[in-house]
Order: sequence, then C-alpha cells, then structure tokens
Amino acid sequence: MSVLLYLIPIALALGAAGLVAFLWALRQGQFEDMDGAAIRILFDEDEAQR
Amino acid sequence: MRGDALAACLHCREPVIAGDFCCTGCETAHATIERLGLGLYYRRRSLDPGLNRPRPDAAAMDFTALAEPCGDGLLRLNLMIEGLHCAACVWLIEAMLAKQQGVVTARLNMTTRRLRLEWKAQANTANDLVGAVLALGYRVAPYDPSMLVDVAKQAERELLRCLAVAGFAAGNVMLLSVAIWAGHAQDMGPATRDLLHWVSALIALPAIAYAGRPFFRSAWTALKARRTNMDVPISIGVALAAGMSLFETLTGGPHAYFDSAITLLFFLLVGRYLDARARGRVRGAAEYLLALQAGAVSVLQEDGSIRLLPVRQVQPGMRALVAAGERLGVDGVVRAGSSEIDTALITGETLPRQAAPGASLHAGTLNLSSSLTVEVTAIGEGTLLAEIVRLTELAEQGRARYVALADRVSRRYAPVVHLLALFTFLGWIGLGGIGWQPALMNAVAVLIITCPCALALAVPAVQVLASGRLMRQGILLKSATALERLTRIDRVVFDKTGTLTVGRPALIPGDMPEEALRLAAGMAAASRHPLAQALARAMPGVPALSGVEEVPGRGLERGDIRLGSRRWLGFGSSDSQIIGPELWLARPGQEPVRFRFRDEVRVDATEIVARLQARRIKVSLLSGDQSPAVAAVAEAVGIVDWRAECLPDDKVVAIRQWIDAGERVLMVGDGLNDAPALAAATISLSPSSAADISQNAADIVFQGERLAPMLTAMGVAARAEALVRGNFAIALGYNVLAVPLAMAGLVTPLIAAIAMSSSSVLVILNALRLNRGQLA
Repeated sequence: MSVLLYLIPIALALGAAGLVAFLWALRQGQFEDMDGAAIRILFDEDEAQR
Repeated sequence: MRGDALAACLHCREPVIAGDFCCTGCETAHATIERLGLGLYYRRRSLDPGLNRPRPDAAAMDFTALAEPCGDGLLRLNLMIEGLHCAACVWLIEAMLAKQQGVVTARLNMTTRRLRLEWKAQANTANDLVGAVLALGYRVAPYDPSMLVDVAKQAERELLRCLAVAGFAAGNVMLLSVAIWAGHAQDMGPATRDLLHWVSALIALPAIAYAGRPFFRSAWTALKARRTNMDVPISIGVALAAGMSLFETLTGGPHAYFDSAITLLFFLLVGRYLDARARGRVRGAAEYLLALQAGAVSVLQEDGSIRLLPVRQVQPGMRALVAAGERLGVDGVVRAGSSEIDTALITGETLPRQAAPGASLHAGTLNLSSSLTVEVTAIGEGTLLAEIVRLTELAEQGRARYVALADRVSRRYAPVVHLLALFTFLGWIGLGGIGWQPALMNAVAVLIITCPCALALAVPAVQVLASGRLMRQGILLKSATALERLTRIDRVVFDKTGTLTVGRPALIPGDMPEEALRLAAGMAAASRHPLAQALARAMPGVPALSGVEEVPGRGLERGDIRLGSRRWLGFGSSDSQIIGPELWLARPGQEPVRFRFRDEVRVDATEIVARLQARRIKVSLLSGDQSPAVAAVAEAVGIVDWRAECLPDDKVVAIRQWIDAGERVLMVGDGLNDAPALAAATISLSPSSAADISQNAADIVFQGERLAPMLTAMGVAARAEALVRGNFAIALGYNVLAVPLAMAGLVTPLIAAIAMSSSSVLVILNALRLNRGQLA
C-alpha cells in the first residue's frame, strides 16, 4: 500500500493543475462572452484575419 | 404596401424603390464592406430585416476626449454598439477594425454589446475608427466602465470559481471514496482507510469552506431576517456532513461522508450557475440604458468653442450643442435652432415632435433633423429618463413579492426535514436505546440524504433550457419567475400603438390624383422622416427626384413645390379637423393635395387574437388613443372589449380590478406610458421595437414584426411548468424512498452518494426533454 504515498499526491497534483488552468482562463476573461465565443470559432478560417 | 415582390436593399434588405439600395447610407456601407473584402458578412448573417439601417444623417460625435491612454502609446476606447444582431455582426466589426491602421485590439462582446478598442495613438484617431463603425450602419454609445459596477457579473465569476474548486475536490474525493468502498468489501486495513479519510478531509474541508460560501452567506442572511430559504437546509446538511465526517476521521470510524458533502455542493453550484446565467442575459439591456446616461455632451463654452464633457461634469445652466442624429444626455430647454425630436424612447410615440426655441426636451430623446442649442436644466439623476428608470424599478419591486415556486416548496420542505432529523435523533436515543453519538450519526444521515440537491436543480435546469430555446427564437426572458407566471393566463390585455399595430405610419388610400402621388413620393424618397418614408413605400418604383431640399422641422421643397405640414404651407387650421397624421402637397396654381396616414395592424394580430380566444382566454384592448382610432383597430383584429382614452393610471386600475377578480392577466405593451400597467399585470410582454427603456418594465421581450412569439412563449412556459412539477415529483419521490432508510440507520456513504448523484442526474435528464418535440 506504500504506493499510495506517491500515487495520491500525483493524482492531486494533476487535478490541481487542471484547476489552476481553469482559474487562469477565468481570470483572463475567457468566460465573459459565452454567446460570442461559441460562434466566433466558426468565423476565423479565412483571409479576414490579419 | 410592403410587398415582398419588391427588390430588397443589398445591405439592409428593406424594400427599395429603385436601384440596389434604399439610401445612400446603405450604399456606402455596402461599398465599404466589399472594398475591405468582408463580403462574406452578407452570407453569414441571419438578419431580422430592416433593423440595421445606417443613418447617414447621424452627425459624428467627437470621441477624441473619451479615448484614454493605456500605456505603450496606446489609446483605449470603450463603446456600446447598438444594432448588433448576430455573430456575423461581431465578426464584421472586429474584422473591419482589425484592418484599420494601428489597431491592436478590437474585441466585441456579443452578450454585453461592449466593444473594447485599443490602437496606437499616432497611427489613427478615435473619430476615424468610430466613423468606420458608424459607416457600417451600427450606432455607438460611449460608456464609462467605471459607472457599471457590475455586481451580478462578479457574482457569476465567484460562482464559476467555486464551481471549479468544488469540481476539483469532488472528483478527487470521489476517487478516494471508491477505494474506501472497495476496501469495505475486501480487506483494506483500518490504517489505510484512515489515511484515505484524512486525505479526503484535507481536500474536502477547505473546498467546502470555499465553495460553500454562496450558500452559507445566503442562509445566514435569511436566518438573520428570521426567514428560511432553500440555502438553510443545504448549509446545515453540508456543514453537519462535513463536521460528522471529520469526527469519524478523528476517532478512526468506518464511515465518512466527505464525498457526499462536496459532490452535493458541486451539483448545487451547477444549478446556481445556470440560474445566474439565465438572469445575466437581461443585463445587456439595462447596461445600454446606463450607457445612455454615461455618454458625453458637447458643451458650448463662453468663448464659443465646443468641449466634450462627460455627463457627470455637466452643470445645469450650461449650453449644450445637440447635433442632428444625436441622443440627448440631459434634460433641457431649446435656446436656438429648430428641429424634430424622436421621443419614442420616452413616450412611445412614433411621430417626431417639433422643437423650437422654448421647447423643453428630455434626456434619451433623439434629435432628428438639425442641430439645436439647449440650455441644460437637469442632468443624471434629475432627468426624466432617470425618473422613469426609478419608477420602473419601483414597479418591479411590487413584482418581487411574487414567490418563486422553488422557494414556496422549500419553505415547507425545510421544517419537515429538520423535524424528521430531530425525531430520528430522539427516537434512536429513546426507543433504540443507543448512545447519543450513533443517534446523531443517523440524524445527520437523514439531513444528508434529504439535502435538496435535486430540488435545487429542478427549477434552474428547466429554466436555462427554456430560456435558451426561447432566445433562439428571439424571445428574451427578463425575469427569473417569468415562465412560472406565464402559465394559466385568463386574460390578455393589449396596448394599441406599437403593439397591435406596427407603430409605423402607412398611407391611407384615397382619391389623391395619381400624378400628385407620384410627385410627392418622388420628393419623399430621399427623406428619413417617417411620414415621407410611408409615402415613398406607398408608391414603390417611383425614382427619387433630384433637387429636393429638406427644410428641417417643416418639410420638403423642390423649386416652388412644397410637401409638408399644413402650417408650413400656410393653410392654418381652418380646414376640417385633423384626424391622424397628414402631409400636404402644394403646387403653385393647383389645389393642395392631402395625404393621410394611419398605423398598420401587425400582420398576424387578427390570427393571434382569434387563437387566444379559441383557448378561452379573454382579450382586451386598453389604449390612450382617441375612440374612433381604437374602435377601428379593435374591430380589425376582432377584440370586443376595448377602452379608449385611458391614462396610464386607468390601465393600472383596470388591470388591478381583473387581478382582484382572480384572473391572471398578461399585458402586452410597448410605450413607456404602459410601464406601470406592465408592472401591475401578472406577467408582461413587450415587442423589441419598443424603446429599450420600456422593455425594461416587461418580463419578456420578443423580436420581429409578428405577435406569434407570444404564443410560443406561452407554449414553452406550459411545457416548462409541467417539467418543473415532474422534477419536484422525482426529487420528493426519491426522498420518500430514501428517508425511511436513513431514519432506520441503514444509509452508508456509498448509498448516500449513489442516491444523491442519481437523483440529480435524473432531474437534469428530465429537464432536457424540454427541447424534444414540437409545441402545441
């Protein structure tokens, strides 16, 4: 069972990494415009972008 | 008159009289878009035709003073964009601005309609960039981000953060719990189990303390006010579950409920977040109103120069210059110039009003034809606009007395649950004859198992799906309880102008000579005045005449031929009495010709009234207009019960009487004068053609030229109500099964976790049925 001693911290670290990534995205304002973001992705495929 | 056979303007799709465009503004916009290679816009957009017409007459405001430096030689400008309807508009504006020189960031938020623009100060000017947006046909209003202290937005962010923390903790604790449950079945040693319990506690306790705050806060506020709400049993359940689990861990006991407590919080936060999002959609309109107030005013200085000041810095007594096409930011009295004022925002009137020196104007109205010098009499809080916003808020407080179904359920639910837990505790001590610790364990198990997770999800899940569905059809739910109140309607009350009718004048066919009509339509073709446009629409295919001059506030002139008001042409008012709006055509040596106009009835008004009546819903018409006009419309659409010449108060009194008689009244209106009535009714709807400010008073706003969205909304509401009731049944049914188990002391953490999750998922799945199938 001693394997738990480092498997649990690894699992927690992975989860925490995801949490930090999400909080970072939130802070960056990526959740400000839920309506636009969903459709915006469909529009950027051509020469319209600089 | 608005025949579909007509050619449509390439830009705004309004019917055109000749050529490809309805006006020079549209032609310029189209040319700009094509020149920049953004023609894709026309294929991508999904347009409600006619909403988005450029106003070439809109005088450019000076935005230079509003741009603020933001480091690195960059300037930043925050704008509110008016006339945004779909993602293609967002794409168009962003792509167009990105092609402008020096632009670093151009980001348009589709939900809040805010544009954040940053560019290199030496490469471009604010006015050029704003001008480029204006040229596309959008209107802009400057706004001051500091004035929009957005509490709701912050709350939504906090919920998301809590959701993230709870999700992280729930996932990890559940992982450990599965190991513990498996260990119970096999041969996990107590030391390993305790270790896993300790790790769970380490993750769950801080997460609960952090992610539970929205619930704890709300519960505490309710308790302090000696009330109870859904958050009280939630908080008690979660706190007890966590506390008891910690006790078990400390004493090396076999059962810890950390996973239940944190998973419960996670599910509840999902519901809470969905709820907040549904409410958040309303904010756009309210912010736009604030933006009107936050705009800038061109103030005439002592030395004759003009300075752009934010509204906050304007003082009564100052003289402000209001250009044609500009919205007034202040209340004032006209000192110089004469023009026409569009008061639709305040009064709901479709026809512009004359403004000459001495006339008083209100903030929020739009100056149409020529520039005015206005002496400021009131600003900000003192303006009529602010007063109206306040009145509307007041009216809405009355509405706030309505208790949402979920709260009504939880008010009865909480005491029952807490009593059950108490009985369990006392029962096990008295009858079961066990110590207080195991007895408390069983009581807490009851609280955990009854924690109203599914109950708290039942309403938001349905609400979000319903509002999403309605949103896709151009119906905007503004109040959280709107759907609940929209069910079982007994009576529908309509307003006339702008509600049953389009709110746009149309020529009454008469015995006007054909050539006079052609001449008048040709003269009118170039004008933006509503009556002139109606005249031009009545004679499709007549080319615009050249050499027509517009005399602001009076009419049109071509040589010695004049088209305009009776007074301007000098007939006095000796003629027969004036019924409705009219235009006169005067030619030297010929009899003047009169054109009369009236408001068109919405295309499907008659059908909708008939369908409502077929459902045994009573239909009434309350109008502030004169009797003959109201009678005509009532007859046209088949309404028997109508009243004319109603003051705003009369409408409220009538509606109150019906409500007191036990009816559920749905009010449909658009004018600001309807606002009190809209607030007095059980539920109210407003067309989006109504001014934004009066939409504020309504619970639901619908788009388009038709009234059919009314029936759609009623259909979705009925469906949503059935689903909510179904969800309550599921949640309560699950409790009826699980509570006896918990009282008998048979609930282990595993059973609690399964029961909790399955009931939540079941409720969400049930809510998803809303989007299946057609509505009646």
